[in-house]
Amino acid sequence: MTDWRKHRAALWIGCALIALTLAVLPFALAQVGTTWVRITNYAILYVLLALGLNIVVGFAGLLDLGYIAFYAVGAYTYALLASPHFGLHLPFWIILPIGAAIAALFGVMLGAPTLKLRGDYLAIVTLGFGEIVRVFLNNLSRPVNITNGPQGIARIDPFAIGPFSLARPETIGPLHFSGPIKYYYLLLVVMLVVIAINLRLQNSRIGRAWEAIREDEIAARAMGINTTSLKLLAFAMGATFGGVAGGMFSAIQAFISPESFVLVESIMVVSMVVLGGMGNIWGVILGAVLLSFTPELLRWTVEPVQHALFGRSVIEPEVIRMLLFGLALVLVMLFRPAGLLPSAVRKRELTQHVA
Amino acid sequence: METFLQQLVNGLTAGSLYAVVALGYTMVYGIIQLINFAHGEVVMIGAMVAFTVITLLAAAGVPPLLAVTLGTLAAIPVCMAVGYAMERLAYRPLRRAPRLAPLITAIGVSIILQHLALLVWSRNILAFPQIIRTETFFFFGAAGITTVQIAIIALCFAMMLGLAGLVYRTRLGTAMRATAQNPQVAALMGIDANRVIAATFLIGAALGAVAGVLYGTYYGVAQYTMGSILGLKAFSAAVLGGIGNVPGAMLGGVLLGLVEALGAGYIGDFTDLCQYAWLSSRIADCENGGHFVLFGSNYQDVFAFVVLILVLVFRPSGLLGERVGDRA
Amino acid sequence: MKNTRILMTAAVALALAACGQQKPAPKSEPKAEAKAPAAAPSVEIKIGHVAPLTGGIAHLGKDNENGARLAVDEANAAKITIDGKEAKFTLLGEDDQADPKVGTTVAQKLVDAKVAGIVGHLNSGTTIPASAIYNQAGIPAISGSATNPKLTEQGFKNIFRVVGRDDQQGPAIASYLATTNKPKVVAIIDDATAYGEGIANEVEKTLKAANVKVLPREKGTDKTTDWKAVLTKLRGRNPDAVFYGGMDATGGPLMKQGRELGIKAVFSFGDGACTDEMAKLAGQAAEGLLCSQAGIPPQAADKKFLDAYKAKFNVDPILYAPFTYDGAKLLIEAMKKANSADPAKYLPELQKISYSGATGKIEFDDKGDRKDAEMTIFTMKGGKIAPVAVIKGGKTIPFEEFAKAAAAAPAAAPAAPAAEKKDEAKKDEAKK
Repeated sequence: MTDWRKHRAALWIGCALIALTLAVLPFALAQVGTTWVRITNYAILYVLLALGLNIVVGFAGLLDLGYIAFYAVGAYTYALLASPHFGLHLPFWIILPIGAAIAALFGVMLGAPTLKLRGDYLAIVTLGFGEIVRVFLNNLSRPVNITNGPQGIARIDPFAIGPFSLARPETIGPLHFSGPIKYYYLLLVVMLVVIAINLRLQNSRIGRAWEAIREDEIAARAMGINTTSLKLLAFAMGATFGGVAGGMFSAIQAFISPESFVLVESIMVVSMVVLGGMGNIWGVILGAVLLSFTPELLRWTVEPVQHALFGRSVIEPEVIRMLLFGLALVLVMLFRPAGLLPSAVRKRELTQHVA
Repeated sequence: METFLQQLVNGLTAGSLYAVVALGYTMVYGIIQLINFAHGEVVMIGAMVAFTVITLLAAAGVPPLLAVTLGTLAAIPVCMAVGYAMERLAYRPLRRAPRLAPLITAIGVSIILQHLALLVWSRNILAFPQIIRTETFFFFGAAGITTVQIAIIALCFAMMLGLAGLVYRTRLGTAMRATAQNPQVAALMGIDANRVIAATFLIGAALGAVAGVLYGTYYGVAQYTMGSILGLKAFSAAVLGGIGNVPGAMLGGVLLGLVEALGAGYIGDFTDLCQYAWLSSRIADCENGGHFVLFGSNYQDVFAFVVLILVLVFRPSGLLGERVGDRA
Repeated sequence: MKNTRILMTAAVALALAACGQQKPAPKSEPKAEAKAPAAAPSVEIKIGHVAPLTGGIAHLGKDNENGARLAVDEANAAKITIDGKEAKFTLLGEDDQADPKVGTTVAQKLVDAKVAGIVGHLNSGTTIPASAIYNQAGIPAISGSATNPKLTEQGFKNIFRVVGRDDQQGPAIASYLATTNKPKVVAIIDDATAYGEGIANEVEKTLKAANVKVLPREKGTDKTTDWKAVLTKLRGRNPDAVFYGGMDATGGPLMKQGRELGIKAVFSFGDGACTDEMAKLAGQAAEGLLCSQAGIPPQAADKKFLDAYKAKFNVDPILYAPFTYDGAKLLIEAMKKANSADPAKYLPELQKISYSGATGKIEFDDKGDRKDAEMTIFTMKGGKIAPVAVIKGGKTIPFEEFAKAAAAAPAAAPAAPAAEKKDEAKKDEAKK
């Protein structure tokens, strides 16, 4: 704990180096195929989600299994305010903050009644909350059509500033910027901002207060920490990031429907946080990147290998992908239960903690 | 009135199935505080094994009841083996790990089991052979109860009573309760915690197997994805009753079934704004006998969660649960 | 009218066959007729197919893929030459998991792989976001099963579908129901998916226009197996007919439970539940159900397709395979006509194509929808769905007449047992 300044400096240098690599990455990926840029974009969205959830689960220790609801709220806010559905076409810099604010409000709405709940009860209530939000989105097409129900909302506006649209391909000098590449840079900037916020949060008064709550809520309260407002703050902040990510998802995808916000997605984000290492920002990022890329990598490798070996698909690659994915979850937990990159505090705590 | 009675019958049947599945969750949770997310998959495998056996026997001309019984008898050991393997390989090594670790493992196991089932039984919806002739006993006009429903309710209650007897009246039950209360002290008293926990998984899986067969024969369908939604509801039922509490799971299951049936049956009528005169004149949709339904049966899946949240907010440890205050 | 068209197209196909650059014409051995020069250089043409191969409706996804694969294999066996080179078609089958996000990813993957055309996707929910990507890349895409009207309302010139829209099929089954069964009160249930809700809305609209009383909508999900609560409620309202917008997986249990509860109403369904599977899922209870399919009944037009499918995959097609088969055939046909696999060159040919496929005659309108799509009404009889009427241009033609007309065209003789059909047609007339 004494060398946190040095440690942080190192982090910043690492961050800069990574940023440099990230700057050229999309063009390298585009050589292989624009799909990979797109996959990377989704991976960054998952990084944003995982970082948001990390505030709730990793920092404050509140297990949230319905996190995708905030993503949905952000996505739908954007879609409703920038699509032909209501004929509204507000610019994104107005909608994104609105979406974030509404998501934060939902975070508080979820947080307030569940303050007293702990552990698994919280898990099931948040899970229920996530499902409730999805079912409402799916059914608010009648009696008054608000969300267009399962039909989803199509032709959502891309991010645009005046005539400059992020969706259109453009060639500047020797560089060809396709839509996904432009979004990549936007997402990259947002991700760096979110990472910076998270790093600052972790070592702030608030971050430490969360840590105290996570370790022992009663003791934290005795120390004069306002646990109620801090827990609400954790929910609200986590939800905010989810809302921003959702808004961007909406714009990139140009079509959203409730199918995109199912329970499996929540579980996926939780898995990212836990696999990477709860409470450790870099671990969480690693978890998000790994889990969002592994299925794609498998999709691209398993079938060719089978064709080379047997001349045909014996087991469909999709099934193998899911099997390996499940197996990976189990194995990582068995051999590195605190995640791939455990946080220092967490590590110490885990060696002492006995269920 | 006959509609109401019919809804009670519907709810009771679905509820007793939920209850039996919920027992599997609650027993495991009670003893090692683990949400065994993969329990729904055990139920699914039970239904699948029974499907294979019953289809084969039905084709061979074995009488229906015997075929279903044999199917159940085949499903039980398979599910027990799956439950035991799950505990031994995926959960036991993690008993001292942070709480979230086994939860993630359970999700992993659930994915693995689903896709193994896909490999074995294909991805198609399997239709159970319609061999059991259902007879309906009518009471109170059109309200009826079928033989299958009676059988399901009776079997489920018998299993629940049997389990309660086991937990509260036998040595194994005492050992289970002791381990649940304090594993260290229980171990000092000469209880082999590993064996007790394994036994818990075995019993839960056996119950799950029977529930799977009943579910399959009642609704006539089975698919490799059926476990997740059923598991989720049963899990909600377990929490509703107070997770870790055996009578609580039974109560929670039956209540959940009733809430779903009555909710789907009546909420649409109560929230049809057109039936309230002072409102209907202001809503254009109400003209010519139209309707303006705020919440209909489309929210059926939500009722379970809404009730659950309400119960937990006002009674955070569930209906019958007590010992939860110190759990972090 | 129909028979002359089939005759003509058959003649065209034969003429094409004579020119040595045909796809398998009726009753011909494709391999024997290939006249492409043996030493011709070959060119690989990739066709993408997307459908969910994992998840709850994966069996339908596989069915779709099989349909497209059969078309591609037949085209390869026919040794088609395009631009002087022998075309080797390969089908790139992708899984979108019925997830819109994965849908766009695999769409991009296929665009990167430089496919010449796309058959897919299965769900409207994945086809709509993916269509934007295909549109940007200028690659023609034909869906064999996405029925949501919105797909072709986006103004994309290269997006087509060979299946009828919800707002064509819904009215067809609804007006058949309204005129034949004359119900006073109809209950409508849907599974809260884009497909189920979409078609249910159209049915409701048509019924209301016909002055039939429609009860407030009931809903389940695409995973619902317990319909008893909803059905019990409906039983109290005594509907004369029940329409369910959803798939067979949920529709089967729905009908079975409805009969168990003693509901006497006529059960009717859209194409999602218009399969033989219903008889397996609902047993005896499925008898007498009414359902609609987009296109003409497979029994009437393409025994050849059914046989080839059965021979190749050792199963019967489930639902949309004939449509994806036609989709792939259409792409290949347009390429042949344009003598190019370049999307920009063959797209105009595709837009103005007139082709007689496994699902009947196919032409596209300006939006990319199938022109004058026929709809067929089926009923469940002895565990199999059997056609009772064909609806074309708003007119209901009893199936017997339709089959008789079709039988006049030798190339497309119906293979279905005629006696059974006659019985139904008689019954049909008796009702009127």
